Amino acid sequence: MSQKDTGSKWNLTPQGWNLEGVPAYQDQTRYTQVGRSVPRVDAPAKVKGEAVYTGDMTLPGMAYGKIKRSPYAHAILKKIDISKAQELPGVLAVLTGAEAPNRWGIVPQTANETVLALDKVRFYGEGVAAVAAIDEETAEEALDLIEVEYEPLPVLLDPFESMERAHEVLIHEDSPGNIMHQGEQVYGDVDKAFSECAYVLEREFHTNYPQHGFLEPHTALASYDPQSGQMHVWSSTQVPHYLHRQLSIVLEIPMNKIRVTLPTIGGGFGGKGEASSAEFAACLLSRKIGRPVRVTYERSEVFYTNKGRHPAHMKLKMGLDQDGYIKAVDFDNTMDKGAYSGWGVVVLFYTASMMHLPYKVPNVRFRGRSVYTNKPSTGAMRGLGGVQPRFAMECLLDELAEMMGVSPYELKMKNAIESGHTAVNNMFVPHSEYKKCLQTAVEKSGYLEKRGRLPFGKGIGMAGGYYISGTAYTLYQNYKPHTSVMIRVDTEAGVTLFCAAADIGQGSNTVMAQMAAEELGVFYEDVHVQAGDTEIGAFDLGSFASRLTYASGAAIKMACVEINQKLKETAAGMLGVRADQLVIKKREIYSMYETKKRLPWEKAVEAYTSINGSLVGLGNFSPPRRKGIDMISGNRVQGANIGHSPTYGFSCQVHEVEVDVETGRIYVKKVTEAGDCGTPVNPMSVEGQVEGSILFNIGGCLYEDQKLDASGKHLNPNFHDYKMPTMMEMPEMDTNIVESYDPTAPFGVKETGEGAVQPTFPALVNAIYDAIGVRFYSLPITPEMILKALKEKKEKEG
Amino acid sequence: MKQLIELNINGRNYEVAVNPRDLLIDVIRKKIGLTGTKKGCGEGDCGACTVLIDGKPELSCIKLAIACQGQKITTIEGLAQEDGSLHPLQQSFVDHGAVQCGFCTPGMIMSSKALLDRNPNPSPQEIKHELSGNICRCTGYKKIIEAVEAAAKVWSQEGVK
Repeated sequence: MSQKDTGSKWNLTPQGWNLEGVPAYQDQTRYTQVGRSVPRVDAPAKVKGEAVYTGDMTLPGMAYGKIKRSPYAHAILKKIDISKAQELPGVLAVLTGAEAPNRWGIVPQTANETVLALDKVRFYGEGVAAVAAIDEETAEEALDLIEVEYEPLPVLLDPFESMERAHEVLIHEDSPGNIMHQGEQVYGDVDKAFSECAYVLEREFHTNYPQHGFLEPHTALASYDPQSGQMHVWSSTQVPHYLHRQLSIVLEIPMNKIRVTLPTIGGGFGGKGEASSAEFAACLLSRKIGRPVRVTYERSEVFYTNKGRHPAHMKLKMGLDQDGYIKAVDFDNTMDKGAYSGWGVVVLFYTASMMHLPYKVPNVRFRGRSVYTNKPSTGAMRGLGGVQPRFAMECLLDELAEMMGVSPYELKMKNAIESGHTAVNNMFVPHSEYKKCLQTAVEKSGYLEKRGRLPFGKGIGMAGGYYISGTAYTLYQNYKPHTSVMIRVDTEAGVTLFCAAADIGQGSNTVMAQMAAEELGVFYEDVHVQAGDTEIGAFDLGSFASRLTYASGAAIKMACVEINQKLKETAAGMLGVRADQLVIKKREIYSMYETKKRLPWEKAVEAYTSINGSLVGLGNFSPPRRKGIDMISGNRVQGANIGHSPTYGFSCQVHEVEVDVETGRIYVKKVTEAGDCGTPVNPMSVEGQVEGSILFNIGGCLYEDQKLDASGKHLNPNFHDYKMPTMMEMPEMDTNIVESYDPTAPFGVKETGEGAVQPTFPALVNAIYDAIGVRFYSLPITPEMILKALKEKKEKEG
Repeated sequence: MKQLIELNINGRNYEVAVNPRDLLIDVIRKKIGLTGTKKGCGEGDCGACTVLIDGKPELSCIKLAIACQGQKITTIEGLAQEDGSLHPLQQSFVDHGAVQCGFCTPGMIMSSKALLDRNPNPSPQEIKHELSGNICRCTGYKKIIEAVEAAAKVWSQEGVK
């Protein structure tokens, strides 16, 4: 690797490669901190058991909160008698829904949840009252003393039944037809395009009802100070800002009197991407008694209230011309919303946008609806809105390839988009190495040699996918920057980065330290990250939609401009050279032409701060705004916030499976993955995200499903009956970061947290087809389904 | 009816007043204040609460505290060396990226320690089998297995108490 150090950007090709063909992130002349596999900054505390999670915290005088939950999935709340509970010694306060009637929800236009049920309950396990007591045992005892009278209503558990029976049962009075939201997006002339296609296929796909399964249950600790009117909340959330905002609405306290602090967070995957009743109940109880209150959920409560993945009932029709080019897609999606709206509108339209990439599709029609049912609500779950339609599209493409008599790889390569692609809905892809992903995974796995040639019971399947990177909406219609970063440089603390971003275990604090160090020319260990606090950190929207690396990277770059300029000016005077000739790298400032003219970085910091005080830089990032009507083309741009994504990540997976034809059990033996995440800021973390993603959705494809009985009672609200993959289910994994550098992105970065979950369902389903010749259209694929399908196949072949 | 019992945790004796129904995890976390041991499910399914009792991995969320008298309990806080440096297993988890959110990590490390104490050179299959009671939702397990394998090497070369 080249060690010369001469203003390396001159050595780079427009693709971000240097002249020796070394990708930018490995080119040490260009980056010293970004592109390094470094240990997480928070790892030592975590391995010692010293990291403090919200549930590990106690405050002086702290009380314990518990929530009483409904045993009915749909019922009118006729009467609540809390008098006996109030009389129990040790009980400090009892709360009912009427005390906090303001509706909350992350999308304000559809906000319809209350802290505790007001007039009726809409799912099994919905909160009806809350108690604060001196200890958890007393709080639990008090819950049993609360008497609630219910009048059961008909329970709707299927979205189609829910729409059909809406005239007799409405789940929400203001949602006719039991439809939360519906919409249509049409681009081009779909019917005409289909009439000209040589190959047309239509199928129905159904996905399941999994949950995030993060290990740390929701916990919130609230401390209200009656004298100052200040509320301080510690919470296991991935959206401190949205929690902050919802708290303000529900508590009727201005945001500047509420502070949200994130201790260590034990995973989120979208499940902590909304406020929860734990947070509201803790705050309301604390305000009632003037003492801190902590609410920690049991695992069962997480299952009832956490918002898992929407079951999607999808009809997908695709048409190809005689050469195999995709000409039209018609997509109809009915999503099971569960009881409350949450992220619903966003997820619905995300699914629409999934049709537009990573293939060139000139004509697209989408019709979708999100339908209320009496189930625990659905919401944002890793790869939200992408996983279900990706399953449908990639499986249908495999079938179409078979129809044409070509390999799925050939068909997908033929239609794959490239850098500079504008989709028909105006989504713009500045950079793509999707073809390289397909090629790498296929070549490394031997897909072409193995497909169709393995013995019965063994199979191989492939699928691709994409995800957004760096985008979001401020859901309450505000144009403020999505991420702000403040960096302070002085002799006291060195470099301190302030940003309210949430490290939920994905490693954003480490990655932000690496990017700031890169830009400032210091080492990542030098950067102190102050994150996850709405009072200390500068504004950030939250950790969701794979936005943070890109967004914080851009803000960091901007924040460093002024700092570097001031330090260069200071050093220029000290060295007797021009400031614009100076380079800062590895804690040294030196002239790029006279490299002997150099001084330690901290000398310049000392010189500057001794005259001017601390050096502070502020940086902001807002994604491009591509909504509305393009004045030149006349195209309308739609598709939730996906349309605003500044760039996109891509990936491909090849799965190899063995199906035990005696037991019906599916063994995933090997997964070969290739991903385009732009510059991997921390390659070891990228691998961790990808490996975690693969197993996450192997679970979703084969094992995980929440089950309710006919009355809506949750049957598996625990990790015993809700099966997630253990180490025994882990396949061999060969993950590959393809060489990629997005020249439009800060440091060339893209996402990796959610793109890698996209191809797993279809790759696995395609592999099962290759193994036993049966296609599955419903998930999860259980051993019973395999055995039944094999039996039917045998009878048919007779 | 509470009674006074003595628990030996990480080499130190603690006198605690417990109810017969009190679970070991609650006593360790709330009464003794060692919060490194985590409660993920409360029903013995996820392994986050794993501690060593007389060297064997046990689920502290389904273990009565009162039944642990006279036994040696080791929690994640009892692993680091006396000078504060990390145990080779802990160091290996850090170096290999085996830690993401960290909530499963204490239990995962305790189960790994029990394995390596018994079998200093486990095969990947043995590691998988031994750690299959510890759920991790973040990592996909690959880096955890790599970390345990690497720690086993250090273990057999340098010897660890």
